[in-house]
Amino acid sequence: MEKPKVATTSLAGCFGCHMSLLDIDERILQLIDLVDFNKSPINDIKTFTARCAVGLIEGGCCNEENVHVLQLFREHCDILISVGDCATMGGIPAWRNTLPLKECLDEAYLNGPTVHNPSGLIPNDPELPLILNKVYPCHEVVKIDYFIPGCPPSADALWAALTALLSGKPVDLPYELLKYD
Amino acid sequence: MTDSITISIDGVEIPAETHHTILEAADKAGIYIPRLCAYPGLKPNGSCRVCTVLVNGRPQTACTTPVMKGMVIQNETPELKRLRSNLIEMLFVEGNHYCMFCEKSGNCELQGMAYRLGIKTPHFPYLEPKREIDATHPDVLIDHNRCIFCGRCIQASKTFDGKNVFQYIGRTRNKKVGVNADDGLGETDFAATDRAAQVCPVGAILKKRVGFKIPIGKRIYDRSPIGSEIEVQPKDAGSAQ
Repeated sequence: MEKPKVATTSLAGCFGCHMSLLDIDERILQLIDLVDFNKSPINDIKTFTARCAVGLIEGGCCNEENVHVLQLFREHCDILISVGDCATMGGIPAWRNTLPLKECLDEAYLNGPTVHNPSGLIPNDPELPLILNKVYPCHEVVKIDYFIPGCPPSADALWAALTALLSGKPVDLPYELLKYD
Repeated sequence: MTDSITISIDGVEIPAETHHTILEAADKAGIYIPRLCAYPGLKPNGSCRVCTVLVNGRPQTACTTPVMKGMVIQNETPELKRLRSNLIEMLFVEGNHYCMFCEKSGNCELQGMAYRLGIKTPHFPYLEPKREIDATHPDVLIDHNRCIFCGRCIQASKTFDGKNVFQYIGRTRNKKVGVNADDGLGETDFAATDRAAQVCPVGAILKKRVGFKIPIGKRIYDRSPIGSEIEVQPKDAGSAQ
């Protein structure tokens, strides 16, 4: 039987959740026996080449590119999992949500104490993805099937959830593995 | 005048005194009823509603309802668990609860309750209110982003400390815990040694310079769920009966 395919991505995240996935240590050998990785920063495959059983989403949506990638994942994956606090609730990037966007950009590019920006312009190149009015958790953009909170979720939590899912068991994290920090 | 009576919680008969509330009687018998605002020694105000139980089929807050003879109480039902989860989720979306950098994380009753109930993420849209931080006091800070309006600090300041530092101001979404001074907590007679500084269930009232002292893995709710300190007791009490 063909192995189920897994895709992963990091949207508005810090790659900490991907690091945590690598933290499963030698179990990664078991994991590649169980699944094939498709589009993912882990193998540097940039585009979907097949339909995937599971998509792991790290990070929320802070710009339009994040939204496009997330929608692409929803299209190509049977099951989408929000991994980590940024995906499940916006996380640290969502801290800007209580401030108007202009204030954030002004602070970052004009008024911040360490800013050196003689042009006085806020970057506005068409190549740059447009920043959203606020940071959205993934489930406010597309349908998400499972949530694994944590900052990052521990390697054990990711392992427990993935192996449960791959063996058709309910994705219930035991008490010690359900953490928000 | 107190009389001993018997009430039933989830089919278990427990003894109670008539001056007890349901919550007190359950605690004494080693049955944990989840709660966030009730605190031993403070007058219960029933504000968080998490301790809601079914008393003879009707929802009542266990912290404010006195026991009565023959009460039949339901506590751990799937429906009550769902209602409590909804309440906790609403508290999470109503404020700005960033557990990942909160000094209270691991020792937070709101977080602990969410863990106990197995909440992975709230089902409701985040309100992301704009709230302030009051760092005017030299030893204690107030982060209103994390306040859940339990009222413990207000009461503890009056009851335990004999002061009157805190009070609610405003209504509905503008409601907040205000302090008894124009320019923040630093102007009040509040002290870091006050009991009011210790009763906050969340990270809204924090002592400065002690954050993250307890390593991950050794914090209160890292290993055992909130309420297990009450649930452990009962086994002794239960076997003695």
